[in-house]
Amino acid sequence: MSGVRVRGFGWRHAGRRDWAVRGVDLRVERGERVLLLGASGAGKSTLLAALAGLLPEDSGEHAGSIEIDGRSADEARDRVGIVFQDPQSQLVMARSGDDVAFGLENRGVAAGQIWPRVDEALDRVGFPYHRDRPTAALSGGEQQRLALAGVLALRPGLLLLDEPTANLDPAGAALIRTALAQAVDADTTLILVEHRVAEALPLVDRVVVLEPGGGIRADGPPDAVFAAHGDALAAEGVWVPGREIPPRRATGPPGEVLLTAERLGQPPRLAATDLTVRAGEALAVLGPNGAGKSTLALLLGGLLRPGTGRLAASPELAGADARSAPHRWRAPALTRRIGSVFQNPEHQFVTGTVFDELALGPRRTGTAESAVRDRVTDLLSRLRLDRLAAANPYTLSGGEARRLSVATALATAPRLLICDEPTFGQDRRTWRELVDLLADRRDAGHGLVTVTHDAEFVAALADRTLALEPLDAGPVRR
Amino acid sequence: MITLEPIARPDAPLARRNPVAKLTAAMLFTFPLMATLDPVTPAIAIAVELAALPLFGVHPRLLARRVWPLLAAGGGILVTLVLFAADRSGRVLLDAGPIVVTSGVLLTALGLVLRLFAVALPGVIVFATTDPTDLADALVQNAKAPARFAIGALAAFRLVPLLGQEWQMISMARRARGVEAGHSPVARVRLFVSTAFTLLVGAIRRGTRLAVAMDARGFDSTVPRTFARRQHFVAADWLLVVGATATAGAALAVSVALGVFRPLVG
Repeated sequence: MSGVRVRGFGWRHAGRRDWAVRGVDLRVERGERVLLLGASGAGKSTLLAALAGLLPEDSGEHAGSIEIDGRSADEARDRVGIVFQDPQSQLVMARSGDDVAFGLENRGVAAGQIWPRVDEALDRVGFPYHRDRPTAALSGGEQQRLALAGVLALRPGLLLLDEPTANLDPAGAALIRTALAQAVDADTTLILVEHRVAEALPLVDRVVVLEPGGGIRADGPPDAVFAAHGDALAAEGVWVPGREIPPRRATGPPGEVLLTAERLGQPPRLAATDLTVRAGEALAVLGPNGAGKSTLALLLGGLLRPGTGRLAASPELAGADARSAPHRWRAPALTRRIGSVFQNPEHQFVTGTVFDELALGPRRTGTAESAVRDRVTDLLSRLRLDRLAAANPYTLSGGEARRLSVATALATAPRLLICDEPTFGQDRRTWRELVDLLADRRDAGHGLVTVTHDAEFVAALADRTLALEPLDAGPVRR
Repeated sequence: MITLEPIARPDAPLARRNPVAKLTAAMLFTFPLMATLDPVTPAIAIAVELAALPLFGVHPRLLARRVWPLLAAGGGILVTLVLFAADRSGRVLLDAGPIVVTSGVLLTALGLVLRLFAVALPGVIVFATTDPTDLADALVQNAKAPARFAIGALAAFRLVPLLGQEWQMISMARRARGVEAGHSPVARVRLFVSTAFTLLVGAIRRGTRLAVAMDARGFDSTVPRTFARRQHFVAADWLLVVGATATAGAALAVSVALGVFRPLVG
């Protein structure tokens, strides 16, 4: 039930040349539900942090003003709640109930009122366990529901949500959307940042689009905004509803077998699984959380020793090492044959610049320096990273880091590429580029295995799917 | 694997005591042990500590599982001191060429190892019987520690077990990139350092995000904090503290009475 007035607001992080956000004028009335959109880098998260009073004066330069119920954002912090993307780094306490109580303690709520309010908040978000449930034993979706309860217990007049479902699998994301639809009071003002627009639309009645250079491009009811700006937004990477992406099916039949797994498993994480991986074919591995998809990706990538069963590489893939299993190969040999792309790109970065990061694999496998230079330059331009050649990989945005991590795996031209959730949390533009890049590889006769929850990605690219079941049920093939 | 969970029966009479009382008692009990070099005082202390185990609800087997690194260290110290100590006074017990073991050496080494155990065990027992949340609560409520420190440390500890999994993932991701130390020790050290750097960068990022999320829920608010979980410091807690101090004093007195007391200073 808080009204928001933003006048000419701008923010520049200390040490940066460009403003993260500037020239924003916005008026949100009490109880309104706003979806905040914009291309990646348009400053959505910065604006939310400013509304939450979480931009310390000394961490940058600020312009204009923000008022919440007539007070500055800094003074109004007790009226504002915010839920972030990553559930892991929002939970404070070891027990679920204690975590919800944490905010109430901080705000000095009388001890006698704390536990009734904790129970009420847990109940509202549909938290299915007792309040003693360890937070570490919760799934991502449950943890995020708990984080929401922790914020709702403080009864905020303004609720800010910064991509609350981006780190969750589809089931977890659905849990959060249901909880939001049911738990938020009608008079609570809501501002949501979310680039999966179709899923967010039932929660909002107004869409505001930030212009990357500054100011606001569009503001109004969803239908009107998308009718006028839908195409431009889609091109910038926003998942505008109703815009299909053409699928990229294999142009020819699959080629020779690259890997054969017989009863391959890793108890207790992965049940015994049979599969073959072929050249020129995109295989998608599906299944709920806990079915061992990531473990299977590590096994196929030659990064983990099989717990049970056997993984054999064909002479076509293994060359001189055809007698030994991939997990026994030396790392430089492995990276020439099987490339792996991890869920978290930052796990894979080893050097100080984007250029060196791409050059590392080819150099390690003994490629001549002039050939390395050519290959890196080619990859940089294909993945729109040329401008960033000298940047530190850790300073990249989520989409840039993802593109770089795929490019590093491709730099050694492996015959087989294994990707773990490559499209997780990506905007539409990066998503399309990834699909095209991977489809090109497949059509050039390379093998591709993708572990994914992303149904659209499967529909666009996969030639064959393998659905894993949690251990003790065994895999089902389609 | 680092576990912070208590391993004791929570309803045991001394395990139930206030965490601050347990911590204070452990410190006051071990402090006098530092004052002497003889083996008798720590031997008595260890006997008392083992006798108190059932009162804390700690099964000896669980304790053994927690202190085995200490047992290994103790064995190492004993062997090293017996073989290499400079002071070779006392009766010669064993003379095998370069190896000369005398009673003086053996006594000093034994005293040191016993002291190690006598001082370490109370800490192990306290942490094995204390829930970290209770400890943080009691530190804030009974010892008047700043909440920013106690609750902040508690939140940071929650992230510690994640570091092990993270290390494994980073190592595998490096192998996938073609980075592997092989048999060269120099390459191994360099790989270790660079893996640790990646781990640290990730940990700092996660810690920063957590700190922002905590402040967003009013952790930095100037309103006086209230307590959802009450920790009480009652007469039984005082009794534990006084009892621990008195027992330690008694152990020292026995050592003096037997004439084996060897003060650390003087």
